[in-house]
Amino acid sequence: MIEEARGETKLMHVLEFERPIADLERKIEELRSMSTASVDFSSEIKKLQQKAVKLQEEVFSGLSPHQQVQLSRHPSRPFTLDYVSLIFDDYMELHGDRAFRDDPAILGGMATFEGEEVLIIGHQKGRNTKDNVKRNFGMSRPEGYRKCIRLMEMAARFERPILCFVDTPGAYPGIGAEERGQAEAIAKSLEVMTRLKTPIISTVIGEGGSGGALAIGVADRILMLEYATYSVITPEGCASILWRDQGKAADAASQLKLRARDLHNLKICDEIIREPTGGAHRDPKATADSVRAALKSHLGDILKLTGTELIDQRYEKYRRIGAFREAAATSK
Amino acid sequence: MAWWSRKKGLPAEGKKSVPSGLWTKCEQCGESLFETDLEENLRVCTACGYHLRLPTPTRVALIVDEDSFVEHDAGMKSTDPLSFHIDTKKYKDSLKRAESKSGPADAYLSGSATIDGHACEVGFFVFEFMGGSMGSVVGEKITRQLERALERRVPALIFSASGGARMQEGVLSLMQMAKTSAARARLQEAGVPYISVLLDPTTGGVAASFAMLGDVIITEPNALIGFAGPRVIEQTIRQQLPEGFQRSEFLMEHGMIDMVVQRQDLKATLSRTIRWFAGRRAEA
Ligand SMILES: [Zn+2]
Repeated sequence: MIEEARGETKLMHVLEFERPIADLERKIEELRSMSTASVDFSSEIKKLQQKAVKLQEEVFSGLSPHQQVQLSRHPSRPFTLDYVSLIFDDYMELHGDRAFRDDPAILGGMATFEGEEVLIIGHQKGRNTKDNVKRNFGMSRPEGYRKCIRLMEMAARFERPILCFVDTPGAYPGIGAEERGQAEAIAKSLEVMTRLKTPIISTVIGEGGSGGALAIGVADRILMLEYATYSVITPEGCASILWRDQGKAADAASQLKLRARDLHNLKICDEIIREPTGGAHRDPKATADSVRAALKSHLGDILKLTGTELIDQRYEKYRRIGAFREAAATSK
Repeated sequence: MAWWSRKKGLPAEGKKSVPSGLWTKCEQCGESLFETDLEENLRVCTACGYHLRLPTPTRVALIVDEDSFVEHDAGMKSTDPLSFHIDTKKYKDSLKRAESKSGPADAYLSGSATIDGHACEVGFFVFEFMGGSMGSVVGEKITRQLERALERRVPALIFSASGGARMQEGVLSLMQMAKTSAARARLQEAGVPYISVLLDPTTGGVAASFAMLGDVIITEPNALIGFAGPRVIEQTIRQQLPEGFQRSEFLMEHGMIDMVVQRQDLKATLSRTIRWFAGRRAEA
């Protein structure tokens, strides 16, 4: 069963730029709890509520790329298993790469989506320290990608669509991961995904961190939540390499063009899925409904294609990506 | 004559730029090596056998048959799609500097050539150009190279030497991993051989795509190969890395590559590998 669905996580983590909004909301709560039959704060509450809504709109319309990065990593943000329980029926997780071990940082399983049998693949972060120890913060090791390859090849054999949920800081950089071929595992997954004759939709729900994200990201449609990010390297990593200063992460975040709208401008992301004001974590149910609607519409489109059409169009989709100039070839 | 098509040995201006009596210290044994001896020995330490990096023109001359290399896609240039800059340092300027230092090929030089008479599509990372990083130009050149190999049904060979994706082109660079891997997958399906040669260093997004997908994967001794860089790993796990970690010999021990081959034997090894593949399908 889904052991980490939200529920009891009442205490929400508050980011710095969310603080003024959270303060107002706390005041509203206080007034509410002080209200009795004889003392009525309803007009004050109403005023504060209007103020909170206005403030939230202000803050969220002017978010910097770095603030969006923080939102994409928000510890209270819905994770893969939240979408699984909110969108899918009869989910059954399948485990293991048949070679080394099961990797809980990435999961795969059978599920029903709007009457269609599908395979779900997704990175899974932990909601608290204990879960994050188990989930390794959503950073997969080679066996995780190899499990995905195994399951995706199976899905293709039985013509089941594959729905991927991307949410990882990146593939895990560790001794064991390198010994067991992290690079090869990611590479193989890319290669395999380009040839699977079944529909694939990849939705970036939080952090799309580098090769570890792309490893389950080769798809017929790439969808991104509004505050999700997708990047070749973390802003921190970029800052420490190019500036030699992790403190420049905010600058790096704006240089890397990693927001959903940037990816859409670059014609990589096919659709941006709107989030509720204040971000997905403020209303996971509404967010999941939007994700469901987007998946349904895109899946409906690509289910009409034959396997060969799918892989030909998928090839062309990636074939087009890149920016360069080309002068007429000068013969030597 | 183009800058890469030279007789075996060192490029002419390379020789001129080395003042006589210049010594290079071996990174492994510390031995001071006389430059001319080092060049004579293909930049392999005469004392301990350590393989120093080879400049790309020398590499090309070492591998392909004399005068057989015909460059393709030579007119391709990187643009600056993200207007990437660090404070006042612009990606555009870095490109210009790299070009004046190491030539117009960006970080990848590809073409048709023969190796011991076998027709091949070959490509060499230019590590001298921004650390051999893969942006849109590199990804596109590799994809075209693999598509040419598919069309001609001749073996494709890629000599990787790269720190990974070029972050100045952001997610466009990341997506080159998928693009090149898709092209590689088509070769596999068609039964056209692809030989991947991993040179020092091959890491990040290059390792995690076509470089680790060769039908046969060959390395030179002591090349650094891996997904994450050693410093990133050290910072993450907060412990010292074992001796020889992520070096060619380590990868072979862990089953990730087929062979570690001495530089002087590399061409013969490639030739033998191509011959094995060629008999069956590669020659239409
Ligand atoms: Zn030495």
